[in-house]
Amino acid sequence: MRLTDFSYEIKEGLGISFQAIRGNKMRSVLTTLGIVIGIVSVTLMGTAIEGMSRSFNEMISKIGADVLFVQKFSWFSSQEDFEASRNRKNLDLRQFKAVREQGSTIAAVTPFTATGVPIKYRSLSSDRIFLIGVNEQYMQVGGLNMEMGRFFSETESNGSRPVVVLGYTVAEKLFPNETPLGKYVKLGSYTFRVVGVIAKQGSFLGMDMDNQALIPITNFLQRYSNHRRGIEIRVKAANINDLENTKEELRGILRKVRDVKPGAKDDFAINQQEMFIQTFNQIGGVIAAIGLFITALSLFVGAIGIMNIMFVSVTERTKEIGIRKAIGAKRSTILLQFLIESAALSLIGGIIGIIISYPLSLLINQVLPTSMPISVVAIAILISLVVGVVSGFLPANRASKMDPVEALRHE
Amino acid sequence: MHPVINIKNIKKTYVMGSVEVNALVDVSVQIQKNEYVAIMGPSGSGKSTLMNVIGCLDTPTSGLYEFNTVNVSDMNDNELAKIRNKEIGFVFQTFNLLARSDALHNVELPLIYSGMKKTDRKLLAAEALAHVKLEDRMHHKPNELSGGQRQRVAIARALVTKPSIILADEPTGNLDSKTGVEIMGLFNELHAQGNTIILVTHEEDIARHAHRIIRLRDGLIESDTIVEDRVLPGAHA
Repeated sequence: MRLTDFSYEIKEGLGISFQAIRGNKMRSVLTTLGIVIGIVSVTLMGTAIEGMSRSFNEMISKIGADVLFVQKFSWFSSQEDFEASRNRKNLDLRQFKAVREQGSTIAAVTPFTATGVPIKYRSLSSDRIFLIGVNEQYMQVGGLNMEMGRFFSETESNGSRPVVVLGYTVAEKLFPNETPLGKYVKLGSYTFRVVGVIAKQGSFLGMDMDNQALIPITNFLQRYSNHRRGIEIRVKAANINDLENTKEELRGILRKVRDVKPGAKDDFAINQQEMFIQTFNQIGGVIAAIGLFITALSLFVGAIGIMNIMFVSVTERTKEIGIRKAIGAKRSTILLQFLIESAALSLIGGIIGIIISYPLSLLINQVLPTSMPISVVAIAILISLVVGVVSGFLPANRASKMDPVEALRHE
Repeated sequence: MHPVINIKNIKKTYVMGSVEVNALVDVSVQIQKNEYVAIMGPSGSGKSTLMNVIGCLDTPTSGLYEFNTVNVSDMNDNELAKIRNKEIGFVFQTFNLLARSDALHNVELPLIYSGMKKTDRKLLAAEALAHVKLEDRMHHKPNELSGGQRQRVAIARALVTKPSIILADEPTGNLDSKTGVEIMGLFNELHAQGNTIILVTHEEDIARHAHRIIRLRDGLIESDTIVEDRVLPGAHA
């Protein structure tokens, strides 16, 4: 078949299809509904998955790919490993100092510990904020920016000065009409002077990353710590391409300072974002696959609906098929006519589905940083087209193979 | 000059369940250009089968069928569709118009399948409708037309491709006698204009409009005669 013939037949087929669809409005609407529901659920699932992944990546990029987390537990250990590692020694400031003094491939290093406390300024208060104890290098390790004021200095950090740097949300809540700088706030039962406010970091999976306050860790350990938990050590590598080297160096320092016997396993873990990404991609991939599979089922049901109604349509129009064949319609022409009809039905459903999905995706946007990606729109249109063609094929094939004599006799 | 239709010793056998039915046992017919032939016979005589074979809706089990010297007995579905589209104009007892389409679109249909441009085919379809005096009914759907008008739309559809033969199957069977006479008058006119007409009927009165009557019985040609006392165009009008 020449291309011009083909486009001609497509054009004629479209005309016939829309006539048939208009001729059975109620039936077409109901049939289309299955595809509408399928496309809505698939696009929304796609949008949500995209949002989850984007949200995760945003968080990850805040952590920084070149940051190593020295902790008692591995992020991804089996239950068995976890039980075993409960008896490990805590990390402490002595070990942190060893890292700081001996590490040669390290750009910045900070101890890190946290707890939840209430905060109060005059009559304004917040029940529970995230109180974090770190040193002056935390800024660099965490990749933070200041909104106003400054971070506490090395002297303040080493001297356990009662100074605090507030997260954006905390500052906003306690100081709606005045500058927080130089003011005294009460963290639990101790008073701290505000020296700075950190720029807004946003939220991750609904958790506000700005609902925090940072104080020197020496101060934290004296006043808030229950010493059973220990600390972690966050290390920013000097060169991201040399992360493995830094890791090895850290292992060496820590094994020595923690008296790990030669040949014994590490009694600590060096975690890094990469592990998190890998695991997330694995878990996220499985969630995405399951989610899309389940939503695709509804699309499948819609496809069966179209196939069913196309079979009905073909049977109903047996006589018409006979007439068309008698006056010269070829098999391929009849096939194409019914394929176009089912594809058009499905495509209409897909487009309606996208129109419905769009406002719903804005709702998802309230929770996850996402908008309906254009790729999802394109894929949804493609899917509905393919669904229409595939589910229309058997009925259309039956129509095309009808014997004109038999079909004409049909009443 | 070659015959339009040259059928030699065709046989058509159907398998109905476990029984073989010989619808056509051994039939040979030649039909020349501008002949007006009636095919007659009681039900079960094989006249419908012969019409389906002549109309290229069906192929014979054995034997030769040449249409304008082209052998069509072994053609595949698509080739037959092309012959039907270009060479044969069908007129059916039940009109067989597309119910959802108006008269103009119904007449256009064969031209759509032959791939003609929209403007050209609209023009030709309108001409064909004017030919059967329905120029003022072009945008009526079949259910807005009378039986006679519907059959004239069907005749316009048969004429629009300027086919080699017009094949009419009981064209007056669903019409009252007065309208039937009008339609037969129209066929007489078409014949007078040079068309080749093959009429399938079981009514003697209708058949006697033709020049030649072929009678079938039990799958064989019983007689093939020239009509002496032809019903002339307009005789009943």
